[in-house]
Parts: sequence; structure tokens; C-alpha cells
Amino acid sequence: MIDFSRNHFALFGLPERFAIDAPALDAAYRRLQAEVHPDRHAADTDAERRVALQSSARLNEAYGALKTPLTRAQYLLALHAVDAIDERDTSLDLDFLERQLARREAADAANVAADVDALDALHAEALAEVRALEATLARDLDRDGADFAAARPRVRELAFLVRLADSLDAMIAAHD
Amino acid sequence: MALLQIAEPDASPAPHERKRAIGIDLGTTNSLVATVRHGLAVVLPDVDGRPLVPSIVRYGEEGVSTGYAAMAKQALDPHNTIVSAKRLMGRGLADLDDERRFPYRFVDAPGMVRIGTRAGVKSPVEISADLLRALRERGEASLGGTIDGAVVTVPAYFDEAQRQATKDAARLAGLPILRLLNEPTAAAIAYGLDNAAEGVYAVYDLGGGTFDISILRLAKGVFEVLATSGDTALGGDDFDHRVFCWIIEASKLPPPSAADARLLLVKARVAKEQLTLHDEIPIVARLADGTPVDLVLTRATLTEITANLVAKTLLPVKRALRDAKLAASDVKGVVLVGGATRMPQVRRAVAEFFGQPPLTNLDPDEVVALGAAIQANKLVGNREDDDWLLLDVTPLSLGLETMGGLVEKVVPRNSTIPVARAQEFTTFKDGQSAMAIHVVQGEREKVVDCRSLARFELRGIPPMAAGAARVRVTFAVDADGLLEVSAREEASGVAAQVTVKPSYGLTDGEIARMLQDSFAHAADDMRARALAEEQVEADRIMEATTSALAADGDLVAADERARIDEALATVARLRAGSDHAALRAANATLNRITEPFAARRMDRGVKRVLTGRRVDALSD
Repeated sequence: MIDFSRNHFALFGLPERFAIDAPALDAAYRRLQAEVHPDRHAADTDAERRVALQSSARLNEAYGALKTPLTRAQYLLALHAVDAIDERDTSLDLDFLERQLARREAADAANVAADVDALDALHAEALAEVRALEATLARDLDRDGADFAAARPRVRELAFLVRLADSLDAMIAAHD
Repeated sequence: MALLQIAEPDASPAPHERKRAIGIDLGTTNSLVATVRHGLAVVLPDVDGRPLVPSIVRYGEEGVSTGYAAMAKQALDPHNTIVSAKRLMGRGLADLDDERRFPYRFVDAPGMVRIGTRAGVKSPVEISADLLRALRERGEASLGGTIDGAVVTVPAYFDEAQRQATKDAARLAGLPILRLLNEPTAAAIAYGLDNAAEGVYAVYDLGGGTFDISILRLAKGVFEVLATSGDTALGGDDFDHRVFCWIIEASKLPPPSAADARLLLVKARVAKEQLTLHDEIPIVARLADGTPVDLVLTRATLTEITANLVAKTLLPVKRALRDAKLAASDVKGVVLVGGATRMPQVRRAVAEFFGQPPLTNLDPDEVVALGAAIQANKLVGNREDDDWLLLDVTPLSLGLETMGGLVEKVVPRNSTIPVARAQEFTTFKDGQSAMAIHVVQGEREKVVDCRSLARFELRGIPPMAAGAARVRVTFAVDADGLLEVSAREEASGVAAQVTVKPSYGLTDGEIARMLQDSFAHAADDMRARALAEEQVEADRIMEATTSALAADGDLVAADERARIDEALATVARLRAGSDHAALRAANATLNRITEPFAARRMDRGVKRVLTGRRVDALSD
């Protein structure tokens, strides 16, 4: 039985930080699933099996949110009442936007030309920027008195870049 | 829970007493039953020592027979001898594009197809249940008593309908079913525990008609399925067909008759199997008209004519690795499943791709049943020294239809189960009192390209302005991979739910096509999505503008009205076209032109409200 009132970090016994101890997260997830998973309660009463199902689903949700840096950043902001991906506010830094639009165009051109090397290069570039943004976020979010609302544009940029990297990945795969 | 056990002594067996658990591989061609004995998983053979049970059920004059007994009468009594019922599970007649290939008397029925037999009209669920009953009896005879728990395996790509049908068949057969288990996962369990390994494993499953690949991580006793993929229209049968074509070409034969074709296909299969052990094999036959066939097929030729089939299996392998965000070199071991993986050229290709020879110490025909037995033993509560857990995933994305015929994915493919996900939707029109919920399965962006699983309606939403209602739709997938969807309007608490038991599911070919299409059509889909989104926006703006003009048309001067009407007409014209960029521009223009009008309406609205207040205040 897990405590449904705890947040994702507390559930796994981890500090509320962006930089995360991934092996500790994996280990805590596996340890808790080993306790609550429905398979461990196959012979229990209906009510106990329902609790097992809900607990296990809750762990999957929490693990999914903390596992990747983007979802982790969004969750951290949400814990501090900042909605990172607010549909009504789609503003992005103009320079950033222009750079990404140019990159999108380059990607589309390389895709049409089936230029896998160019796609690979763009992909590597996008991933490098993702890593750099993650480092910035770790610095901004994990310091004392961090301003979570101020980090919002970085998280939105990260979301944008991750989506770009994913679509580049899909384009590269399609040329395999 | 100690108290509970005291209260129910029957539920807890004496410490030394083991429960009887079996694992069943319910295959298309052959089925097996296995159990764990003295800590080792073993397949239970029949009295003649044969481990396989041909998946054939015959409804004879003397009663029901299964396996080899049914197979012996197959040619004499084709209408009443049902082969490969697994292909019909959860399928409607409309799903069987090749129904004439089956010699059965099909009866169309809502949901699932039925077959007319000597023993009456039978559904595939009942036929599978007869087979499962025979397997259960074999288990009972071998274990000396009633079965306490069973695990039945299904292909990873089985959809909702097929899983549900399999579970129903098990219940009908009197099997206490503990779990449906994905076949590749079962194979990994059989290997992982035998080899006491940690790390990432790939399960390469080439069956008679389908190919499955699963990537799993085994760490600290937890099996985590990271990704699964496949091609449901690629299997050992395709290799037979290549050899068959080669025979025809090499012997310069005209297109053969049906009887000759069957003869040559059998010869082709035998030659293919023999070449696993021999370097070359003679193919000798005499056709109905006396034409002789006398050829020698070498292993090198077989490898050459089937090279593109082998290469085709590597595409889903790459896709699964990509979904798992891993490289081939991250894989620590490759498990082979299915008789077709005995072919040396398949093993060589797998070895080359992963940079290591595949694991072959378990029989590829038995490994799935062995893994099922190990999990059944675990779930039934027999304590073994090893302690492990299995975390499986959803094979296909689950989503909802949204405006414009688009799919909003709620549970993406390869999500770990059990999983519960919620998404909020809102109403589109003022005063909308009901919302239709359409649940779909598949990877494509448009509803028409995905499989419809269920439809239901949320009714009784109290009247609100468009966009004010908050309808929360929750998808819950349990550990068997079965889905339940519920919807609830948050403000009023109005709720509705449905357990997704679709009338019928996807054909294997459909799943393959849908998956392949989703990759091939990614660009088309993006354009289609962009267009559909702009069309939804166009409808919204036109509706809003028209109703605003009807209500407060007096706020608009004649020349302004003319400009608005012109912009409206442009949007309406482009709405019918396929140029999303032009439509977006037109939408933006209409939006801009109507802005001053909207501002004036707002002023009037505010005045109205203030006026109303004053009246209220006076009447108090």
C-alpha cells in the first residue's frame, strides 16, 4: 500500500530536485512495484486487488513523470503552481523561435532531399541544445530560493527542442 | 493480512502443499501445456511422449476430439474439423477478407463470426475452449488433481477483442485463469530465470504467420518490457512460399492447379526444414498431369531467395530499439522463439545485427509455454527461492476522437501497465448537453485510419457556454491489458463509463498495415492534422461571427459589415479546400477584422450586466 497523498518525489524517497539520482529512482520504482503490483496480490480479495491496481498505476504515473528531464521539469514547476505548458500562453523568445523555425525548414529540406547526414547533424545539434538547457535548468531550479516562474520559458524551450529532436529521429528512421 | 488467512482456512494450503499451476501456449498451429516441477519448468507430453498438441478441434459423430486425433480426420471431414481457430478469435465475418480460404460453413453473427458444425453453431471462443479443456485435462492427469491456476499466452499484438475472447475461452474451459501473458514476455521469463541474468534482452519471435520483437530489461528480479513491435503479416509461411516460387521458376512450370500447388508447398516446407541440418536437399515430385519435378535446393540458394524476408524482420527490431531508446549493442542477449528461427540464415542475420550469437539453449517451440508455467507457478502462490516481477506494456496507442476526426492519444504505445491516464475536454457549442466519446486504438493521426474500440455518450451536462464545461475522460488499462474508459463533467459530477469490449477487433493484417502506415504517412498525417485543426478553427470563428452578427448586428456599420461578410466567405471557401496555410491566413484575417466588433459587443455586455444589477438591487 502506498501513500497516495505524497508527491512523486516523496513517493520514491527522493529530494525535490531537477538533477536526479536516476539509479536510485529506478531502484525505488522496482522495489515499490515489487510490493504493490497486482501480480503480488493475485490471490487477495477483490478490494485488495483494486488497491494493488491503483497503487501500481500510480507508481507508473509517478515514474513516468520523473524519468525524463522534460516531464520532471514540468512536474517540479507544477509543484510550485507554475503551469509550464499553458495553452493560452504560447509565447516564446523571438530569437529562439526564429532559430527553431530556420532549423525546422532545414530539417524539412534535408528530409525531402533524403540527406540523412544533414538530418543526423541537425539531430545532434538539437540534442546538444537539449543537454545544455537541462544543465541550465538544473542550475536554476536546484538553487536555494529558485524562481520557478522565471524558469518557465526555459522549460517551454526544452519541450520545443525535445519535440524537434523526436521528429528528426522519426525522419532519420524513415530513411533507414 | 494474517487475520484474513485465519478466517479463511481453505484459502491457505498447508505449508508443504503445492498448488497445481499450468502455463498454456495457445498457438495458431500448435499448443502446449507446461508446469513447474521441482523448481524446473517442463512441458507436459501426451501418453505417446509428444509435447505439441495440434490446435485442431473436430466435432465428430462420436463427439469432440482434439489434437492429433482431430488432425487424422481433417481431410475426411473438413467442415467439422476446425484448424487455427486462433485466427478467428474476436473477429467478425467482415474482418476475414480471405474467408474462402477456410473450408468452414461461416455464420455471420454480431461481434464474432460463428461456424456451423455437426454439433451446432460454434463461436471461435467455444472452439478454443474445447482445445483448452483438452490441455487442462492433460495438466490434471499429470499433476494429479484440479488445476488451481493457469496462465494463457497471447501474441503481444493481440488487441482488446482478441484478449477478451481468449480470456472468455479459458473461463469456458473451466480454467482458473490468473493472467493473460504476452508470448515474447513469457519467452524472456523462461530464459531470464534460467540464465539468472541482468540486463537488456531482445525476444525475436518468428512464428508461422507473424513476427514479434520485444525489448525487455531484467534488473533486481523485475522484468520490464521497454518496447514491443512486429509485423503481423510475416512468418515462416512466407519462406515456404519463396521456395515454392523457386521450384516453379527453376522447373519452368506453368501456374499450377490447386492440388499441385498444395503438393509443391508441402515439398517446399519439407525442403526448408531439411536445409537447417543439410547443405542441399533434393526436391522430387510428380504433378497431376505426370510432369516430373526433380531439383536440388542448396542452403546457399535458400539463403539468397529469402534474404529480403530476413531483412524485413530487422525493421521492427530497429523500431522497437528506437522506442526503447537503446542501441543494438546495449542488448545483452537475444532469445529466439518460433520454429522458423531454426533456419541458419535467420540466426546468422540476428547474430550479425546484435553482434552476438542468439541464445538457443531452450527449444524455440516450447519456450513460451515454459515461461507461462513459471509465471503461473508464481501467481498461484507457490514460493520459490527466486523472487521476480513482470512489468508489461501496451502494444498500441489508445486515444479519443476529437474535433475534425483527429485522434488525441491518451495512452501512448509502450506505456507500462497498469496505467490510468486522464485528459480534459470541453464543449464546442453553447448549451451543449451531451458529449460523444469515441475510443480508438492505433498510431495514425486520423480516426478513420485507426481501429474503433467503443463509443459511448456523456449525457446531462448542464447548460454552459462553449468551452466552460470540463469533461475529464479517464483511460484505465489493467495488468491484463484490458481497457476501461470513463468520462465525468467536473463541475456537475455527471458521469458515464464503459468497459471496452469491442464487438470485434483488428485483423492481423490491419495491425501490420496500421503500424507500417503510421511510419510511411507521418508527413501526410502532419499536413492532414494541420488542415483539420484549421478547419475546426474556421468552424468556430464562422459560428461565433454569425451568431454575434445575429445578436448584435446593429453595432456594425455597413462598410464594416461588407468586409466581415467578405472575410467570412473567404474562410468558407478555403474551409472546403485542402490548403491549410491559406485557411490559417483567412482565419487570422477574419479574427482581426471582427476584433473592433467584438470589443463593442463586450462593452454592450458589460453595460447590460450593470443594468441588470441595478434592477436586482432595487428589487431587494
